[in-house]
Amino acid sequence: MKNYVGREIPDYLLQNGKEVYQGKNYMDGKYIKKASPCTRRCEKPQESKIVETLADALKLCGAKSGMTFSFHHHLRDGDFVVNMVMKAAIEELGLDNLTIAATSLGAAHDPVAEYITEGKVVGIQTSGIRGKIGEVVSAGLLKTPAIVRSHGGRPRAIEGGEVHIDIAFVAAPTSDCVGNCRGIGGKSNCGSMGYAMTDAKYADHVVVVTDCLVDFPNMPASVEAIDVDAVVVVDSIGNPKKIASAAARISQNPRDLMMAENVAKVIAATPYFKDGFSFQTGVGGPSLAANLFLEKYMDERGIKMGWAIGGICGPMVEMLKKGKVGKVIDVQDFDLDAVNSINQTPNHFEMSASQYANPANKGAFVNKLDFVVLAALEIDTQFNVNVLTGSDGVLRGAPGGHPDTAAGSKCCVIVTPLIRGRMATVCEHVVTVTTPGDCVDVLVTDYGIAVNPLRPDLIECLDNAGIPHVSIESLKEKDPTISSGRIRLSRSSRRATARSSTSSARSSPIRWTDPNKPKRFPLNSGKRFLCPLTACLS
Amino acid sequence: MIPRPKPERFRLRRTMMFMNAQKPGLIKDAYIYGCDSIMLDLEDAVAENQKDAARFSLYHALKTIDYGDTEVIVRINGLDTPHWQEDIRVCVAGGADGIRIAKCESAQDVRTVEAAVEAAEKEFGVEVGRTLLMAALESPKGIMNAYEICAASDRMFGVAISGGDFRKCMQTKPQPDGIDMLVARGQMLIAARAAGVQCFDTVYTNLDDMAGYEAEVRQNKAMGFDGKSLINPKQIRLVHELFAPTEKEILQAEKIVRAYREQSAAGVGVFTVDGKMIDIAFIPGAERTLKLARACGLWEGDLV
Repeated sequence: MKNYVGREIPDYLLQNGKEVYQGKNYMDGKYIKKASPCTRRCEKPQESKIVETLADALKLCGAKSGMTFSFHHHLRDGDFVVNMVMKAAIEELGLDNLTIAATSLGAAHDPVAEYITEGKVVGIQTSGIRGKIGEVVSAGLLKTPAIVRSHGGRPRAIEGGEVHIDIAFVAAPTSDCVGNCRGIGGKSNCGSMGYAMTDAKYADHVVVVTDCLVDFPNMPASVEAIDVDAVVVVDSIGNPKKIASAAARISQNPRDLMMAENVAKVIAATPYFKDGFSFQTGVGGPSLAANLFLEKYMDERGIKMGWAIGGICGPMVEMLKKGKVGKVIDVQDFDLDAVNSINQTPNHFEMSASQYANPANKGAFVNKLDFVVLAALEIDTQFNVNVLTGSDGVLRGAPGGHPDTAAGSKCCVIVTPLIRGRMATVCEHVVTVTTPGDCVDVLVTDYGIAVNPLRPDLIECLDNAGIPHVSIESLKEKDPTISSGRIRLSRSSRRATARSSTSSARSSPIRWTDPNKPKRFPLNSGKRFLCPLTACLS
Repeated sequence: MIPRPKPERFRLRRTMMFMNAQKPGLIKDAYIYGCDSIMLDLEDAVAENQKDAARFSLYHALKTIDYGDTEVIVRINGLDTPHWQEDIRVCVAGGADGIRIAKCESAQDVRTVEAAVEAAEKEFGVEVGRTLLMAALESPKGIMNAYEICAASDRMFGVAISGGDFRKCMQTKPQPDGIDMLVARGQMLIAARAAGVQCFDTVYTNLDDMAGYEAEVRQNKAMGFDGKSLINPKQIRLVHELFAPTEKEILQAEKIVRAYREQSAAGVGVFTVDGKMIDIAFIPGAERTLKLARACGLWEGDLV
């Protein structure tokens, strides 16, 4: 069946009441019966829930082949826990037919690719997929269709019973002996643990894995002992260097800065830019730099930001400390400044992924957002965005909260250079639609700004503010000429470099070239294939 | 092949941004930042054994990329190197708007380059006289000969001082008040105005010191420079802001031009505007103000 953005979704994926995307807010108002989580009576006086090894914890929780294990990605590229657990389950206990339901999977989890190839892991559900796992899934080696859900779509599916977690594994920077966990105070700190919260509430069993045992009670706890079955203490849950960078620095790249300035200009031109406005931005170069320019406009108008959400890093914490932002509420922290601030700086709070972005509760934070600034791997002339697959169709991205915030916010700004590597960003059809075009309002590129024709009100705002903008088609027309030109340029200069080492530097460069030669590398000539994946928009 | 319109000898040149001609990633779209001119460098930014590669990259950029209204100038290697003739051939064949002569010290230097440019124009079937020239004065001798350099050719549109080399020769360093180059800047400005060409200041190399940069740009404007050489896109905006005429200046200029047209149509040569005497001598200045105001996006009239 064709969905709203014109993609054919195979019928075998549309079972158990699943429907294709039928436009923004199609499901609004629908009642949903929540799944009721399983718990266990613990009436006797309790000493500790610590067990010796992961294998012991797995046995305690009745781990069997065919189960679904969940993980969260606050330890990012430094995470050791997914690999440790899967190794214990598959190599020590001999389990197979397992499904991994993670909030994100990346290069840190390359060993899992091997389990997929061997057929031990047969299902992947995640909000981000990169590295070798992305490659093997794209190559069709996973036995069942991988499901990529947004950060809000994941708790929706868990709470609605669409995905049932048998055992949730919580990577905890600190825990006490009964499983009260926090993201700070240990040696592998990650700050917020927002993505683990729903998992712990809805899983049949919960295992806490920590490398820093602290005295009971570890308060205020992000994941509470009332949901935890076992605690395992290991040497290290992750590599701190890869968990949180020292400090997210604002880009000095002139191209990023120019785009960031234009993002701020667009935001300042809308009626939503008033005292108390709400804002979310990514941590990519131009998105993060937008903070800097936004602050300038806020000062000029004498207004303050009411609140900011999302993944948080230093520059936003800085604004909170300066009193330019009222409150910061986050699901994840990206650098040490943010990690050390959450629940420490007044008005810096933690929230769960469900509270952040779940469309199937009675009002997530994203639905109160005025602005969100997001990146894109590709965007097409219908404003559909791809943040999941490369131009060759291989999974190498993370929708994260992209579709949730785009749909929930009043003004969704996508910022991306027109050419990335040598690939054009604005195209006729994106490889994978992760965020549908009817949720995207403005595109800011280094070559110009385009407004979605669905938003004549924003077009008027930009016109009134004297901000030049063009059609997205004209941006699409622009980039193949540049990027193919660039391919030729660098090929030529490479050849010239090679040549000048063997011949006299005086030889004429003009004689060697034939500008009429056809361009031999048309854009996007890479082989495209469909991956067994459904970008299931909740 | 991108056909570029015939270069204008006198146009708005507030900002000239240097970039290494060898780096396709830099030069492929340098115009997006909105500087008036870009200066593709074949000289100091390019290592000695990469000159050929840089020429290649430059030639293809000129042939492939539509720079639109942004002027494209190329800084060629000095006349004391084995590179400059080949540099000129590439510039002319590619259709650069102009050539910046590095380390120019005499009118003869300009004429030497002009002869090579003309030969290249003939070789590649480019209209003779199309390629403009400007000179970089980098030594005391260049400053001493500034006037003859400015007046050496009809292709010359301007001169620029090159601070690094000049200060080295003078055994001085950048000073906050610019006194190190005050005389040189002044002499070059006088020579340029006397010869009727434009005059550009040197680059400010400390990218982190925006306050020092602003002080220098303010001084440039006060001294009467037409523009400034830049090394980073983030330096563009300040020059455009500070070089922009004020609202008062724009209104005054508009009034003068209007009054002059009305009066001269009625056969009057000298008259007063707001109590000040105005005659034909004021008109070019007023027109320049309006053109500058329009380029800065501050004025939309059609008087000029």
